[in-house]
Amino acid sequence: MSRDEEEGRKTVFDLLKTISESKELELEDVVIDAEELTLELSTTPTGKPEYLRLTLEPLTPGAQKLEFLLEATPYGVRLAAPTIPPAVPVEKPKEFIELKFEYPIVEYPGKIAEVVIGATKELGGSRGKTIKIGGDTSPPFYLFESKPVNRPVAALDVFDTPPPLAGPVKKAYQDVLQDPAEWAKKCINTYNADLVSLHLVSTDPLGENKPVREALKTVENVLQAVDVPVIIGGSGNPQKDTELFIYASEVFAGERLVMASITLDMDIPKVVESIGKHGHNAIALAFMDINQAKELSRKILDAGLPKNHLILDPTTGALGYGIEYTYSVMERIRLSALMGEETLQVPLSCAATNAWAAREAWMKIEEWGPRELRGPLYEATTALVGLLTGANLFMMMHPLAMKIVKAFAEAMIEKEKREVKPYINWIRTKF
Amino acid sequence: MPKILRPLDVYKHLPGINCGKCGESSCMVFASKLIERKATPQQCTPLYEEPKYREKLQKLLETIRPPVKEVWIGIEPNILKIGGKEVLYRHELTWRNQTAIIIDIHDEMPPQEIKKRVEFVDNFKFIRIGKELTLDGIAIRCVSENPEKYAKTIAEIMEITNKPIILCSLDPSILEEALIIANKRKPLIYTATKQNWKEVGELASKYKCPTAITAEDPSTLKSLSATLNKNYNIDNIVLDPQIRIGNIAETLSTITAIRRAAIEKEEGELGYPIMTAPAAIWSIEEGDENDKKMLESVVASNLISRFVDLIILHTIDTWTLIPIIVWRDCIYTDPRFPPGVKPGLYEIGKPNEYSPVLSTGNFALTYYLVRDDIEKAGINAYLVIVDTEATSLQSSVAGRKYTSDKVIEAIKETKVGDKVKTKALIIPGYAARLAGEIEDALMGDGWTIFVGPRDSGEMGAFYEKVFKPWLEEKLIAK
Repeated sequence: MSRDEEEGRKTVFDLLKTISESKELELEDVVIDAEELTLELSTTPTGKPEYLRLTLEPLTPGAQKLEFLLEATPYGVRLAAPTIPPAVPVEKPKEFIELKFEYPIVEYPGKIAEVVIGATKELGGSRGKTIKIGGDTSPPFYLFESKPVNRPVAALDVFDTPPPLAGPVKKAYQDVLQDPAEWAKKCINTYNADLVSLHLVSTDPLGENKPVREALKTVENVLQAVDVPVIIGGSGNPQKDTELFIYASEVFAGERLVMASITLDMDIPKVVESIGKHGHNAIALAFMDINQAKELSRKILDAGLPKNHLILDPTTGALGYGIEYTYSVMERIRLSALMGEETLQVPLSCAATNAWAAREAWMKIEEWGPRELRGPLYEATTALVGLLTGANLFMMMHPLAMKIVKAFAEAMIEKEKREVKPYINWIRTKF
Repeated sequence: MPKILRPLDVYKHLPGINCGKCGESSCMVFASKLIERKATPQQCTPLYEEPKYREKLQKLLETIRPPVKEVWIGIEPNILKIGGKEVLYRHELTWRNQTAIIIDIHDEMPPQEIKKRVEFVDNFKFIRIGKELTLDGIAIRCVSENPEKYAKTIAEIMEITNKPIILCSLDPSILEEALIIANKRKPLIYTATKQNWKEVGELASKYKCPTAITAEDPSTLKSLSATLNKNYNIDNIVLDPQIRIGNIAETLSTITAIRRAAIEKEEGELGYPIMTAPAAIWSIEEGDENDKKMLESVVASNLISRFVDLIILHTIDTWTLIPIIVWRDCIYTDPRFPPGVKPGLYEIGKPNEYSPVLSTGNFALTYYLVRDDIEKAGINAYLVIVDTEATSLQSSVAGRKYTSDKVIEAIKETKVGDKVKTKALIIPGYAARLAGEIEDALMGDGWTIFVGPRDSGEMGAFYEKVFKPWLEEKLIAK
């Protein structure tokens, strides 16, 4: 566009603008240099003005045609911007813009305590090895901030009285269901669990109501059968569990067991005194509520259990049955701990076993596919939701589900990357 | 910090004349609707029509743009909206736009296989609490390297489905052949790379379709995004940071860093939806088929946990899809409300004085499942809902929120005993251990306690085998 043309365009534009703002206009001394001037007035079917188009055909052939539009809108006449004819594309050279990505690193004032489970002979116990969990300094899978110092670990569940089990789980243990020691051996030797969680459900006052002393014999048998650290679970009855944990602490002093679990309705000072005195660990079980978790943890710590002997279980809902609450509560607990909340600076435990409460895991329904695969996948998915929000310890049932979770946990601390084919090949690979 | 808008932040960029043209009573109400995305800025006609508001309009559009842009794939009425995220953590604000689940197809699959997969995507339904969980679209890969064959496959797929599609090739000339056929459907172009960005940029701008970009490292990804935006004014971008199967933890970490940069550092180049293809496992991993299917499924679920807005899957076995779609449905719910129903007495069907009384907790999912199962089994019953603070039944038995005392209290409070002559109470199998205590307390009033199945899906069989014979015997005895 030449300078003259540009100025001419501006004059006409200003002129029309004035028209649009006035009701009447008289033009004096105006020269329009144009081959042709068209004024086109359009009205709506009801006779209201719609627009007025002014077109100027240039004198010089080949020069640009100018067009202006006055539009009637509900707010009065409006001058549309001059329609600009398609510009002759000026090819700007296209350049690749090199930018650098800075990892958005946050400094956290808090750190998760490290809890040691099990004690070897040198440390006053009888275990062949100990397990360390926790010690995290950033949320899980924020490897650009820090790698976990300890790999999350997985326990397989053993029951002193077999509860009703889902088909696929039963199949994995059917030869050992009547013998907790053999059951524990299978978990470790055949299925490669990191540790076992022995649930003494026979002590339930509303069930078999076996005396605590008798149940402790089973603990002894399991400790003889395997040399890994052991978690002791009660029946869920607050009074009986208090009794159980106190006796178990005395009888197995120095073994650094994990007592699962302490709840708000227990006599916390009493149970903590015994656990602490004999050097064991405890899980605090809260119910999907960060404030309850804080309160419970505060009570246990105040009763004298050192922070590096405490693990927190905020309750794991099965996938599809409340797991999203577990996800958000665990995530909030871990973030709050890293930001400085003392009571929450302990490792987290996730009972992925609860996945089997979901019918999607165990029910025989033809169109849902084989439950031998569906069930373990369902349990693994439940556990992985926990892993991604910060769980350090898993209690699980199905060996295959546990294997998957351990593989992900190992990937978190892996130093060497496996060589693999480029991802992008997936587009044209036939599969 | 998450960008959480207040109505006033938006209101100041509106005309403030309360003209009502948008359909709302005032500009302030409209502002709230804009924030909740229940209204679009286009509804405010003065903003668009009056030149004096031009600046306000621009400010408004800037203000309401979430840190992760919402990108649309497809056309009405099958638009797939992805991204539009405002926060990193779910507990801050409900996540918007569920992760899209896309199933892959390639042009060398036999026609009947293609048809089968398309129909699978179209018809897949998994029903959960009365909600239908479905799949979102189809990714069509060019394996043949033959543009004609590829275009033909696309045309055939478009014949049978209206689901949104993704065109996958690294070759711009192949992509153009595909776009000639499919551009009307506004497919996602997959994908621009550091090698082909010029040609793919031209295509995206010529056909006005959203486009994906991919790179092995976040710096290149960020550069590609800036390059397409600055050179071609492309703003409908989807980022694929790629999956490293050899170290999946690294993948999750990188995605997390990208999303955090977009939301907390407001890095515009990365403020786009993230996608990736767990299907790639099939071109990388060797070995057992079921192992690969499981790996693909758990990787997909992890990606849903970590912010990914679109995933492409290969496996269409229902058992691998169930955990993925259930998890997706759960994580995208509103985190603020425990989904509970009101405790109290409910009727299922038309119960009479000989009907059983069932009891369970007030977690909504428990309630709807039990109700649905009992209805399906054709049983008329009373249902006493105990307040378990909306935790699932199994958790509430373990957590002592479903206790014998609470059940006894609920039975007395609802006065359900006045409605039934037979006074048969069936408690859930998971609460079996409470049966004794409940019996002790209610026996005096003439109640008989039954321990029902663990899953209400088995209530029909329980009713036939246990309850009915008992009832018949009792009636004869009378």
